[in-house]
Amino acid sequence: MGSARWRGNNACPFQTMHGTFSLKAIYVIVLREFKRFFRQKGRLVVTMARPLIWLFIVGSGFTRLIGANATGTSYMQFILPGIVGMTILFSSVFSTISVVWDREFGFLREMLVAPVSRVTIVFGKLISGTLLSVSQGAALLAVAPFLGLNVGIREVALMLALMTLVSLAITAFGLFIASFLTSLEGFNVIMNFIVLPMFFLSGALYPVGALPAALRAVSYLNPLCYGVDSFKHVLLAAQSGALAPELPLSLDAAYLIAFSAVFVFLSAAVFERRK
Amino acid sequence: MPVIQVIDLVKRYNGHRAVDGAAFEVNEGETFGFLGPNGAGKTTTINILCTLLNFDSGAALVNGYDCRREPGKVRSSIGLVFQEVTLDNDLTAYENLKFHCYMYNMDKRLAEARIDEILDVVGLSDRRGEMVKRFSGGMKRRLEIARGLLHRPKVLFLDEPTLGLDPQTRKGVWGFIEKTKKASGATIFMTTHYMDEAEVCDRIAIIDNGRIIACAAPAELKGSLKGDTIVVKTVDDGAARREIEARFGLRPAVTEAGLVLMVEAGEKFIPRLFEGLGMGIVSVNIKRPSIEDVFIHLTGREIRDYGPQEAKNGQRPMARQ
Repeated sequence: MGSARWRGNNACPFQTMHGTFSLKAIYVIVLREFKRFFRQKGRLVVTMARPLIWLFIVGSGFTRLIGANATGTSYMQFILPGIVGMTILFSSVFSTISVVWDREFGFLREMLVAPVSRVTIVFGKLISGTLLSVSQGAALLAVAPFLGLNVGIREVALMLALMTLVSLAITAFGLFIASFLTSLEGFNVIMNFIVLPMFFLSGALYPVGALPAALRAVSYLNPLCYGVDSFKHVLLAAQSGALAPELPLSLDAAYLIAFSAVFVFLSAAVFERRK
Repeated sequence: MPVIQVIDLVKRYNGHRAVDGAAFEVNEGETFGFLGPNGAGKTTTINILCTLLNFDSGAALVNGYDCRREPGKVRSSIGLVFQEVTLDNDLTAYENLKFHCYMYNMDKRLAEARIDEILDVVGLSDRRGEMVKRFSGGMKRRLEIARGLLHRPKVLFLDEPTLGLDPQTRKGVWGFIEKTKKASGATIFMTTHYMDEAEVCDRIAIIDNGRIIACAAPAELKGSLKGDTIVVKTVDDGAARREIEARFGLRPAVTEAGLVLMVEAGEKFIPRLFEGLGMGIVSVNIKRPSIEDVFIHLTGREIRDYGPQEAKNGQRPMARQ
């Protein structure tokens, strides 16, 4: 019945005035981002090396300073959830730079003159950014056994689901910001002012509870804070005290879902308008 | 029915009217030249026609679809080659074309067939697997034109298709445009600041200050000048200009080459000019009217004075989203 009505109006639910919602177009946008990712050797190396540098250099330095706690957890184990979060943060934000890049080098116009709805383009960028981030986070999980953490199938599955949520939230947020920026220079400036505070106020390196009240309030707006906390639920499940997760897992998931929904909507709305 | 209709189009931009009541029609199958000095409203008009920009009043229709209300349908009807290269340098020629096909919702088999066919037409079949960043400027242009035609558009927009190419490559690209036009039957809407390229158009519109000041076939435009062009270089062009104005009642345009005058029967006018002018004449040149002369006559400026305004994106109403 519903479909007959839509046909009568000559407008299916996926049809906007800008064009149709096209899965094929989403597929090819995602395919392009993956090809570009694997062809940029420098980006690939940095992506793989950055988390390992943090984990083993910063991690082992602080492990010496702090030492293992009563339950035998080292600082290096403690920061693994945070470093997974950092990997996703950098990857997701970096993938949204492609919008600015495409604008600067004209390729965005090639996409914008295609007869697909603007939401199609936003979804293409969102899905590619999310998938790239999740795969990098997943690759990093391979070091968990070497840190003496017990990660089984259940943990991996749970982590994949949570990482998808965190990646989507941050990619959507990055996409919203990137859609206002017209130069790569501006992107670098803005993102440094956003990315680094997001990382340091996420509970990745120290518990959010240890922060002064004002900073803690900012942390609780930060999606990565909920993301890192949710990773701790999986990877540091047996912990108690300062190293343990600080919020209920259901709250983490709820905040991430709400945050993603808001920013997916906002970035789609920004792309939809025409000057 | 005309394939493009523009009626009293107005686009305000930062307080001034970038397009100020422009009106013209483009017929199906013709090669239509759209000329004007930079800042005259050329790019703004093209961006409106290809739905990247909204407008304030008037109407713009492409293939019978309203650019404001049915941008999706307009986009299906048009192909675009922009001033700047919009290929992905990190993809191969084939991958760039495949991206385009999928964005236009073609299935795999149709896409493969169209890509094979078009690569053959542009002579890039043997380089299909090569990264676009290794292509020369001329090859990139050919690939972009091929891409613009993949979905068989009714109208192909070419915004300065030969900008920045050397003369030989320009010629090659033009030969190719004519060839593909014959093969595809698409209407071509193009801008250029090379006046010799404008000569090949079936009709030409000249836009200045956001208004269409002439729209006709090149021969008709040249015929409207009714006479010859005399370019005279003197030791003091400024003074000579005032003197010519006073003595002959003509209004010469000042250009780099000298003063440009439009006169009937130029060969008889030159002796009078020599007698009448009180200063040394360095050189005199007489020629039949060209499109460039039409342009100078109508706008009072040389198109080259303005040159191509390259990559100063912030200064014009480009679609940023």
